[in-house]
Amino acid sequence: MSDENLLSRRGLFMKIGFLFNGLVAAALAVPIVRFVVSSVTRGRAYLSWVPLGRVNDFPEGETRLATFRNPYVMPADGKTVDTACWVRRIEGEQFQVFAVNCAHLGCPVRWFPQSGLFMCPCHGGVYYRDGSRASGPPERGLFEYPYKVDNGLVTIQAGELPTPGASLALVGKKPPCQS
Amino acid sequence: MPVLKQIGEWFEQRLGVAAGIRESVEHPVPRSTASWWYVFGSAALVVFCLQLVTGILLALVYVPSASEAWSSLQALNHDVTLGWFIRALHGWGSNFMVAIVLIHMVQVYLFGAYKFPRELTWIVGIFLLLMTLGMAFSGQVLRFDQDAYWGLGIGASIASRVPIAGPAIVKLMLGGPIIAGATLTRFFALHVFVIPGLLIGFVCLHLLMVLKLGINEWPMPGRLVKRATYTAEYHELIRKDGMPFFPYAVWKDLFFAAAVLLAVAACAVYFGPFGPTGRPDPTIIQTVPRPDYFFLWLYAVLSLLPPSLETPALLIGPVVVIVVLLLLPFLSGEGEKSWRRRPIAVLTVLLVAVALGTFTRLADVAPWSPQMNAWSGAAIPQRFLHGTSALQRQGALVFQAKQCRNCHALGESGGQRGPSLDRVAVRLTQDQLIRQVIQGGGNMPAYGKNLSPAETTALVAFLETLHPPGQRPARDAARDLVLNESQDQKPSEQPAQTPQR
Repeated sequence: MSDENLLSRRGLFMKIGFLFNGLVAAALAVPIVRFVVSSVTRGRAYLSWVPLGRVNDFPEGETRLATFRNPYVMPADGKTVDTACWVRRIEGEQFQVFAVNCAHLGCPVRWFPQSGLFMCPCHGGVYYRDGSRASGPPERGLFEYPYKVDNGLVTIQAGELPTPGASLALVGKKPPCQS
Repeated sequence: MPVLKQIGEWFEQRLGVAAGIRESVEHPVPRSTASWWYVFGSAALVVFCLQLVTGILLALVYVPSASEAWSSLQALNHDVTLGWFIRALHGWGSNFMVAIVLIHMVQVYLFGAYKFPRELTWIVGIFLLLMTLGMAFSGQVLRFDQDAYWGLGIGASIASRVPIAGPAIVKLMLGGPIIAGATLTRFFALHVFVIPGLLIGFVCLHLLMVLKLGINEWPMPGRLVKRATYTAEYHELIRKDGMPFFPYAVWKDLFFAAAVLLAVAACAVYFGPFGPTGRPDPTIIQTVPRPDYFFLWLYAVLSLLPPSLETPALLIGPVVVIVVLLLLPFLSGEGEKSWRRRPIAVLTVLLVAVALGTFTRLADVAPWSPQMNAWSGAAIPQRFLHGTSALQRQGALVFQAKQCRNCHALGESGGQRGPSLDRVAVRLTQDQLIRQVIQGGGNMPAYGKNLSPAETTALVAFLETLHPPGQRPARDAARDLVLNESQDQKPSEQPAQTPQR
């Protein structure tokens, strides 16, 4: 009978075996975890400038629906990368480009030119023509894409689903919130 | 049948499981539990098996690709022989499974079955419930249509509200910055591999504990559970009044399971498969997304909560509910089991059931949603225009053209977001009407910038006609006085507003 504190040959090998497996598991875990969280860690390089149309496609003082293709496309994305947005040409080269996603929970808002309101079909969020909140559950105005006019083309910086949390960074500024 | 017996023995010699199986199926149960109240757990298991089988069958045809999924569902519905029926079985099976799991949970709660020594069985059951709901939501995503697309958007909007980690959670959930192919494939992996694998494991654990600890005896008022004595009492009960599960109790499970399967099949045949609704094309914004029925209550809660409470309620509410459910067996692990002496438990169940039922019913009607087509589709009923002046009719036109009807009902038609205006003239004076239209308030947008003074005058003139025949419209007595005084002083000047009817 050996001393209980004394490590037997088999016991040592078993411990080394566990240690060996642990090391291999840790080494494998690094690429696995990196793969799983890659959609988070890739950064915001997908944000890029996409054209919506010529300036004169958008009459002054009106708000029109425009569509664009998401700048970052994977082979099996199908129609999901086609995105809609509301383009309001205030005057000249002064625009506002709103995401269709309601600032409440992301349902697509519709523009009603007669009353100058955006209305959401889900929970009844309503916004004025400048995107500011009019009524309903949203806590803020519509999300706005940054835009610029480039060689007569209206281009916006897009590539991310606007959500109440993430889009503050995307937009850079919070649209005015009335009431 | 000596041949069959020989074959059986050949296997038994190699597997050696017969004794264990016999012991399991013939384990003694208290006589009182051979009851129709004890059939929901096994029914849930049977529906789960149906889901596994139909799910595998659907996977033979379904293509988990954002560009193909919708068309492959159409092919299942219309081209593949009986594809529609398998889809309908799977869809209705999921509805039944959620319902039966909830009923099972209520039964277990009311019968005190979560108390000592079955705490862990209850906790595993809570995880099974969460996984069932996870299957329901991810399954709705796999039916990759407009509801699925915008439902994901709603999920992302909720997840994004988590402080600090929100944006990262959204990207992890969507598999990228937008809802696209990677989103569908990861929900496919969840729905087909991850959650079912966990479910099977947890179901086995759940069943194992039912066998090890014995089925909960019928609760008798006054027979209290005590940690020190319960196990001995239970064994004594089984010894005195027990009988083998097979065949004394199992026939009721069999009958009920068959009835449930028949009901699922009947619903599948009669109602058919769910969707898919329109193509998941984000440029089609003429859509009114609605969740499947087990999440309708949530849809209602999200509309009815005050905006400031929404984020805390969304993020903290589920955590609190889950923690309370998990802690329940530790908070009341001993004592009375019978619902007859647990009024608070009964009231809690009733309250939750009534609340969920009410919210679901409300979400079915969705009075908070504007009716997007009411302004162009729902004409003002004729009786409201009978005998009106030209100005008032002009006002009715403004009322229709400015989408007021999307939120306000007149007669039977129109939105219910705002109050019905059938009798608005009784409630608001002319000045109040003008103020409400121009400045909005009380959840109504301000129309000041979108109405010319002439339009406002006409609109208010029309609104003032909306009162029952025998009842005079509201008026501000002081205003009459002031106007009369000014008339007395300057007889040539008329009041600026339209004359009252």
